[in-house]
Amino acid sequence: MNVTIVDYKSGNISSVINSFKEVAENKVKIEVTSDVSKIKSTDKVVLPGQGSFKSCVAALQSIKGLVDCLNEFVMNKKKPLLGICVGLQMFADVGYEESETKGLGWISGKVTKIDNQNGKYKLPHIGWNQINIVKGSKIFKDIKDKSHMYFVHSYEFVPIDKNSISATTDYSSKHVCAVEKENIFGTQFHPEKSDKTGLKIINNFINL
Amino acid sequence: MLKNRIIPCLDVKNGRVVKGINFVDLKDAGDPVEQAKIYSDGGADEICFLDITASNENRDTIYEVVEKTSKKCFVPLTVGGGVRSVYDINKLLNCGADKVSINTAAVENFKVVVDSSKKFGSQCIVVAIDAKKNGDKWEVFTHGGRKNSRIDALEYAKKMEDSGAGELLVTSMDRDGTQVGYDIELMSKISSKVNIPLIASGGVGNLDHLVEGIKSGKASAVLAASIFHYGKYSVKEAKQYLESKGIPVRT
Repeated sequence: MNVTIVDYKSGNISSVINSFKEVAENKVKIEVTSDVSKIKSTDKVVLPGQGSFKSCVAALQSIKGLVDCLNEFVMNKKKPLLGICVGLQMFADVGYEESETKGLGWISGKVTKIDNQNGKYKLPHIGWNQINIVKGSKIFKDIKDKSHMYFVHSYEFVPIDKNSISATTDYSSKHVCAVEKENIFGTQFHPEKSDKTGLKIINNFINL
Repeated sequence: MLKNRIIPCLDVKNGRVVKGINFVDLKDAGDPVEQAKIYSDGGADEICFLDITASNENRDTIYEVVEKTSKKCFVPLTVGGGVRSVYDINKLLNCGADKVSINTAAVENFKVVVDSSKKFGSQCIVVAIDAKKNGDKWEVFTHGGRKNSRIDALEYAKKMEDSGAGELLVTSMDRDGTQVGYDIELMSKISSKVNIPLIASGGVGNLDHLVEGIKSGKASAVLAASIFHYGKYSVKEAKQYLESKGIPVRT
């Protein structure tokens, strides 16, 4: 089986690569590429994302055929994809970081800035926070409710269809921190930086 | 609920840890990878490397250290010391650092912070502020504390937030190495001035100092070196103590 990490030059993906390679050992091939033909034929895709919503979408679009290829992979072939951080946020229809930017539209909703209640809460939301698992997502197999995950973000995904939410976290208010819709998975937190629990989530995705 | 973080910091020189953990079962006490792994297995919320390599020809040793560590440690890794440019930041991130801390370069040219946070995202840009008290204010020092920029630390902290820093790592030079506790006044003043998280550093000698740093200093995270290295306390003991004082930690 091949798991492909999409390298679309949006910030630092070394940690994502390292964590997947650590979990996969030699059983699964981890490929890192922006080559559309390779992504087309792979079994699973990981879509990382750092920086702003706008810059990530622009970086995806700058690679010819990549967005179409991902659409085909997710919406028609229904193969598993895991979005991490801004990778998850891009599932939305629209994001409002820097300026209004159209997203991939796989899970209807918008990405807006976390309400810091007039400066009462610091942003970015950085550090370890607990997740409230609200539905039995496949990537949460053997993950305990209230597990700690590592977060770093100032924007949050607000999906319209609440059934797509698989976990939330509490900071200033309740935020969506994981989604699952059929073959589409996403985490706002960074499983690649969340120690053993995070690696377990990565392992669950690889073993889907 | 968001937890307060405990961050052990390791000084690395020419690719080797100086003043590191002194455990009997350690195979190689100077190996940064092994030490970082001990900390992350012991519950450290993040790991920080400070590169204090003096000579330019050995500067590349840190990249190798970061590359190896990031393959073994799956908690965030911050690397600082001698970071001069967006090019350096890019190189460290590519080697597997999750955040890069910038000190002198940010004072000399704040555009480094603006450009790098735009390019890589604020989440990986930490501005390190070395501050020393002078009368009723604090001044920012550069070049490992050797040069006084005369810049006011509070105003500078605000400017760095506006430039795109994701976090501030504030070290009190008056307290660094003294083990008498953080400069609480400095920490709380900066933390109240900015809306990004503050990591307190410099002066920790016991676990109550960590508690003070969070409760009175309003720090989101506490960084310490010697209390962990010399085995005075483990990260686990520190967390248990913080928890007993009502501070939320990851256990």
